[in-house]
Amino acid sequence: MDGQEKTGTTAGDDNGARPPAGTSLAGTVLAGTGVSPGAGYGPAHVLAGEIPEPDKEARHDGDAAAERARAERAVEEVAADLEARGARAGGEAQEVLGAQALMARDPSLAMEVGELIDRGVAAPRAVFDAFGKYRDLLAAAGGYLAERVADLDDIRDRVIAVLTGLPMPGVPASAAEPFVLIAKDLAPADTALLSKDVVAAFVTEQGGPTSHTAILARSMGVPAVVGCAGATAIAPGTSVLVDGASGQVLLAPDPARVAEARAAEEARRAVLSAATGPGATADGHPVPLLANIGGPRDLESALANGAEGVGLYRTEFLFLDRETAPSGSEQEKAYRAVFEAFPEGRVVVRTLDSGADKPLAFLPPPEEEPNPALGERGLRMFRRYPEIMTAQLGALARAAAGVSAKVQVMAPMVATVEEAEWFAEACRTAGLDGAGIMIEVPSAALRAADLIRAVDFFSIGTNDLTQYALAADRQVSAVAGLQDPWHPAVLDLIAMAASAASEAGKGCGVCGEAAADPVLACVLVGMGVTSLSMGAPALPWVRAALSRHTLEQCRAAAAAARSATSARAAKAAARAELPGLDALAL
Amino acid sequence: MAERTVSVASEVGLHARPAATFVQTAAKVPFDVTIAKAGGSPVSAKSILSVLALDVRQGESIVISAEGEGAEELLDELAQIASAS
Repeated sequence: MDGQEKTGTTAGDDNGARPPAGTSLAGTVLAGTGVSPGAGYGPAHVLAGEIPEPDKEARHDGDAAAERARAERAVEEVAADLEARGARAGGEAQEVLGAQALMARDPSLAMEVGELIDRGVAAPRAVFDAFGKYRDLLAAAGGYLAERVADLDDIRDRVIAVLTGLPMPGVPASAAEPFVLIAKDLAPADTALLSKDVVAAFVTEQGGPTSHTAILARSMGVPAVVGCAGATAIAPGTSVLVDGASGQVLLAPDPARVAEARAAEEARRAVLSAATGPGATADGHPVPLLANIGGPRDLESALANGAEGVGLYRTEFLFLDRETAPSGSEQEKAYRAVFEAFPEGRVVVRTLDSGADKPLAFLPPPEEEPNPALGERGLRMFRRYPEIMTAQLGALARAAAGVSAKVQVMAPMVATVEEAEWFAEACRTAGLDGAGIMIEVPSAALRAADLIRAVDFFSIGTNDLTQYALAADRQVSAVAGLQDPWHPAVLDLIAMAASAASEAGKGCGVCGEAAADPVLACVLVGMGVTSLSMGAPALPWVRAALSRHTLEQCRAAAAAARSATSARAAKAAARAELPGLDALAL
Repeated sequence: MAERTVSVASEVGLHARPAATFVQTAAKVPFDVTIAKAGGSPVSAKSILSVLALDVRQGESIVISAEGEGAEELLDELAQIASAS
């Protein structure tokens, strides 16, 4: 994922530049990936150097039983400390630290430590080697598991610190002024007790968008930059200005630059909190802002972020964890909970989207599919199992009866007019009024004018539309670079669908990741998209971005983006037409 | 020797919270409990690191085995955890 894994056997000798030979040159700019927007400024706190690798040749004094007991006590002390920190922090941090304590107490690990000690190896080295085996296994697996390597290294270093009497690695829990926390990578134990009052920003050399640092920073609302090469060489105490949107880390900036960033940050917060109410452009063109949800549990966040309704209710979560399909009454109950949360609001339900990539025990795919993205999924699966569709549409119709929410239903993976007609007819038969389809397959966008006649609305799923338009499998990281909705080809397909819907006097929303990008959201509105649906945390940003631009500016941005010849150029061209983004520091 | 083959249903596979629950449950019994990917070699189901390192993804099948008093009940419980989302 981030391609910067340590090798495991050379910990401690791979960071060439360390304080005091640190970097503090005024105006030096380091670049990483911004993963939590905002500006943060403060003195650098570089996380205490790593615990040095214990001597390879170190042997204990011959009393293996005593050495084993010593190792066991150290492990238990660390595990108990992790649990205690978790209990103090609560919430998600408690779960993460609890998982770390579980790793520390792993019986296989303890057995390997014991075996090494029996062979004469001193406890610190035995711990180092036993952890090394699992660290290599996790690192080799890549992705989520590779990002757990930081958790494992943290436990190892804590145990070795206890055994050797070295100071425990960690972060001060209080500070006179908020600092910029800089580290190779951060472990949950480092960050669990941190608050916004202590940390102005995070900068790490490693880690990707799904690392703990990124997730935690976003949940704390603290700016963060990850994958920033050379960050740990910054001399402690150097003043650092971090831009969590662009990924820039500026060392010893001049005071004017800091004042500018602070002013921008304040303005950004003011703009964010000032933009309330229904989504609209600066000149009052309404753009309903809706939330993507997976079930009733997501409602709280949707309402807290001001969602006007639900633009994508993914119903497969109701079906995923079971041997048999959920009963009609169980479905009805889950649907009604969501409908009742949005009185008078719009709730768009996507019918079951299963297939070889999201297999269900009771809907087995007929054969092994070499390319599940192009296989029997979405509506295609419904055609094989029409009784599942009938049951779901029936439950939806019953749940929609007697609630004030405007319930609409849409089908995923529609490629042809015939499929759209078949689904609309099934909805009518079930007694449902609004039947729509997702635009995810390029054929549906290209012939949108034909498809819109069969249905009441479109909702564009930009993630799949991008995957199919660029022939870039979403699951294959090697082609992730092509998976960019800013690509002008994708923008053209969106524009085709939106204008076909508009000519027919019908709505065309977007419910993919693209709608959550405040810049792209303006472009989508400029292309004629009539509503935007996204993960709830993005709603305030998109609301603010829209409220600062007129429909005319959005149209100009859309035209500029579509005139470009690459995704990058499209984004740059759009930004140039959207001056209000500056105040949001986007 | 009791044995179950289950398909892992959780979106995150047998990682994160499902893996922790699975391991904590296996750790409750005094006898050995193993887990393997279909066709792979078994590892201790009481070891979170071994379970994570199997890298079981959503939709993949696992074979869990145990021998001892209450093995059937334990395997039922583990199978339920693995097949929950």
